[in-house]
Amino acid sequence: MTRPYVSIEAVTRAYPGHVVFRDLWFGISRGEFVCLVGHSGCGKTTVLNILAGLDQPDNGGVIVDGQEISGPSLDRAVIFQGHALMPWMTAEQNVAFALSCRHRDWGKAKLRAAAREALEKVGLGHAADRKPSMLSGGMKQRVGIARALALNPKMLLMDEPFSALDALTRGALQDEVARLVAEAQQTAFMITHDVDEAILLADRILLMTNGPDARCAEVVVNTLPKPRDRANLHRLPGYHALRDHILEFLLTRSRTLAGTRPAEWDPRRPPEVFPAGPPTTIPAAA
Amino acid sequence: MQRQVPFWQSALLAALLLAVCLGAWEVSGGNGGTGATVVDPEYAALVGQAAQSGGQTPFPKPSQIGARLWELLRDPFYIRGTNDQGIGVQIAYSLLRVALGFGLAALVAIPLGFLIGMSPLLSGALNPFIQILRPVSPLAWMPLALFTIKDSTISAIFVIFICSLWPMLLNTAFGVSSVRREWLNVARTLEAGTWKTAFRVILPAAAPTILTGMRISIGIAWLVIVAAEMLVGGTGIGYWVWNQWNNLSLADIVIAILLIGLVGLLLDRLLGAVARLVAWQE
Repeated sequence: MTRPYVSIEAVTRAYPGHVVFRDLWFGISRGEFVCLVGHSGCGKTTVLNILAGLDQPDNGGVIVDGQEISGPSLDRAVIFQGHALMPWMTAEQNVAFALSCRHRDWGKAKLRAAAREALEKVGLGHAADRKPSMLSGGMKQRVGIARALALNPKMLLMDEPFSALDALTRGALQDEVARLVAEAQQTAFMITHDVDEAILLADRILLMTNGPDARCAEVVVNTLPKPRDRANLHRLPGYHALRDHILEFLLTRSRTLAGTRPAEWDPRRPPEVFPAGPPTTIPAAA
Repeated sequence: MQRQVPFWQSALLAALLLAVCLGAWEVSGGNGGTGATVVDPEYAALVGQAAQSGGQTPFPKPSQIGARLWELLRDPFYIRGTNDQGIGVQIAYSLLRVALGFGLAALVAIPLGFLIGMSPLLSGALNPFIQILRPVSPLAWMPLALFTIKDSTISAIFVIFICSLWPMLLNTAFGVSSVRREWLNVARTLEAGTWKTAFRVILPAAAPTILTGMRISIGIAWLVIVAAEMLVGGTGIGYWVWNQWNNLSLADIVIAILLIGLVGLLLDRLLGAVARLVAWQE
């Protein structure tokens, strides 16, 4: 059996008297962008924390690039929901701090140069010397993105990275992330409850039922052509079918399916659906 | 919301209040003895000039205190034998003791507070001891210190150490334990390691809280040193106050109060400036 690049296998997380989710299986191919969509309380953030190594599953495990993970790693960079920048460091120092963890032999000058370069990639070269308190919410999150991408990680983990931003800033950052991830051919996993965000960014969208005892009910394959941009996304054929399918899941089926496990349902292979039409090319995750 | 008042207005009012208080004191003061009491001639022969005021020491007037202050500040650092040293020298002795006691307390309290803040186990284990020892007046330690250390100067430093310890210890522990979870998670995902996390993440995050503790500590230390030096004697501003009391030099005591207040203010401002250096805002 060949494993995908990132493989989540039989992962269960439970607290005494409360199963968050059970027997969760999915894989992410190299260079693929996967979004996890579900309501609050279905354990989305727990899934991400387990992938990041910040939380341990009670059963099952995560295998990245052939190795089971045993804790947090520089190879799995996280973009946090709150920007999580250190307020006593400038934007540049925040990125340089991350880089100094990755490259312990680098000198100060080299770290500074690399940090500046990373900030310039997200369009913040001019704000490198500002402390986070002097940056807007969108700029702070850009620094967070620069910090994660500068590490050149095997995979990028994003926990509702834009949920605290206003709609305009969010849109701009979504385009930015789409561009940067495509440029770096970055493997990415993102949690969101913004349907359009998922459609814009993801190759596959995992739909989770409501908790407790949540499960991945369905895998929606996003067959809309790439690269996509927000301005034209809604004109693509299949977009509305895709959006309606996900919305319908979130509005009704996430609730009605909660706690149920149909007899024919195989946790290892949740059904794949193609609301936007059949794939024109072979999907990334075979 | 308070209305903003220009600085010169409040300064003017303060100057006015000071002038009124000093003026009233000047006019009313200084007539402690009116000569009405009859003085025994033999006692008068013994005390000399003091007999004119009827055996009572008059409370000094501001003008007299001012003159005395000028006298003291003209040559603050003279040393004429062990019992006659300038007021600057006395304050320097006190400051040295506070610096030593406070410095030692910081060396113990900050690392220990770090450990307590990081480890809930240690925090729970040490908390009862801290809670019982913290409210004890530092002067209560003095006899034990004198008995075990057998040196009055070091005993005074020890008392300063004890009283400076608790605010720094508790604030460091609190600051360290309340470092944001997300910053620690960033450090973990970056595989920053224990030392790097401690010095680059936890210490700067907790620094403002630690500095607050240091500021409280130095204030208490400066309060306590006066009392401690009154007990141990020898040198220092506290000893000097007690000495001037024995000499019935009330003007000197008023001056000492003023100077102790000023030095205390300076110490607080000094740590306030350091606190501003390490402050951060989100």
